Amino acid sequence: MITIVDYQMGNLRSVQKGIERIGGSATISSDPKEIAKASQLILPGVGAFGDAMAEINRRDLAKPILDFIASGRPFLGICLGLQLLFERGFEHGEHEGLGVLAGDVVRFDLPNNYKVPHMGWNTVSTRKPCRIVNKLNDETHFYFVHSYFVRPTDPSVIALECDYGGPFCAMVSRDNLFATQFHPEKSQEVGLKLLAEFSKLGDANGVDE
Amino acid sequence: MLAARVIPCLDVHNGRVVKGTNFINLRDAGDPVEVAKRYESEGADELVFLDITASHEDRDIILDVVRRTAEEVFMPLTVGGGIRGIDDVRALLSAGCDKVSINSTACKDPQFIRKAADRFGSQCIVVNIDPKRVDRDGKEFWEVHINGGRTPTGLEAVEWARRVEDLGAGEIVLTSMDADGTCDGYDLPITAAVSDAVSIPVVASGGAGGPKHLVDAIKIGKADAVLAASIFHFGQYTIEETKRVMQEAGIAVRLSSNQPSA
Repeated sequence: MITIVDYQMGNLRSVQKGIERIGGSATISSDPKEIAKASQLILPGVGAFGDAMAEINRRDLAKPILDFIASGRPFLGICLGLQLLFERGFEHGEHEGLGVLAGDVVRFDLPNNYKVPHMGWNTVSTRKPCRIVNKLNDETHFYFVHSYFVRPTDPSVIALECDYGGPFCAMVSRDNLFATQFHPEKSQEVGLKLLAEFSKLGDANGVDE
Repeated sequence: MLAARVIPCLDVHNGRVVKGTNFINLRDAGDPVEVAKRYESEGADELVFLDITASHEDRDIILDVVRRTAEEVFMPLTVGGGIRGIDDVRALLSAGCDKVSINSTACKDPQFIRKAADRFGSQCIVVNIDPKRVDRDGKEFWEVHINGGRTPTGLEAVEWARRVEDLGAGEIVLTSMDADGTCDGYDLPITAAVSDAVSIPVVASGGAGGPKHLVDAIKIGKADAVLAASIFHFGQYTIEETKRVMQEAGIAVRLSSNQPSA
């Protein structure tokens, strides 16, 4: 069963509907026990980095999420759910993240003609093959909405890059850990395809109840 | 490259898509969910529902429309109209919309923008600005209006745009009351002035009569996205052909026919 982590930071139902549309099912939960026994975990999220970490900590969800990732089962972070994986975020002050990946989350610092948030459909380029993304071309657009982006210390985790006044990391992957800056659940067919591929990874990873 | 967004706007009255002039002679243009699906297949980048249901007691109708639409389409959905408090924002977001668009409430209580942005994030708080050219001491003044252009607020459009950005709005939809409904094109000077004044995205709205107008809104009006209603509703132009005209004019757009098949 796919579990979507509920920590009161938006758009959970959209992600669940995306999974349902591709024929899967997902539960939304903030229960550490549910997270521990999930076959796959999705950490979505919109909002501010510091608020999000506070909500995760208030619900004692950091350890279950970290344990889940360490277990090697498939994990997908979306938007803020990507950013929270890093060590530090600099949105309204400095905040400590989950620290699964080394690096920082920083604000776009661009000339005036670049609007922030980076909002809308942008193309991506492939930095390395990734099991849940395939058949991209130069015209493949994903939907982004964010003012901050991740800067991984180890560039080998970058799977996709996007360009907005310069290249930035649009997706990371490492083993069974995947996370996107864009919103697959808002990216029509190409986004649903990514969710479908992620969904398939769970077939061999279920933890029997 | 970031694509210029093309956003169809649907006026929703009592749960049906309608199109009329000045809110009279409303013509039924279908079920919102069906229209939303059609626009998604044509390559709409986002969708806006403007709830023109008069009574606040009928809010459940738009929530149901949002819920049903969010089951079927997988692109960002914005709802505007009738948002008076934090509870309205919360109800719409939890029904499945991604952004809410605020107009009158923002003008009457600017701190509401900050409250909503702090609570739900700037990315989901859109402020609608409806300027109208008026004469003030012999000089043209771009005065922000509410209630569909009927009520002046005394606010100047460019200054108000800067202020809503400071208060935490994530995007501005700019509807010139002089251009709205004319089909003669967007109000390019006001759009460009507002877009230059802020660092958040600006959506041009009001006045589109054909694809060329959308091109002008991006190139001359410096808008980040274009919103249009009537040109799409009755099959006059499809979104796909509109985007092709934009592409030919050198604007980056997302053409659904160029996406890899799933």
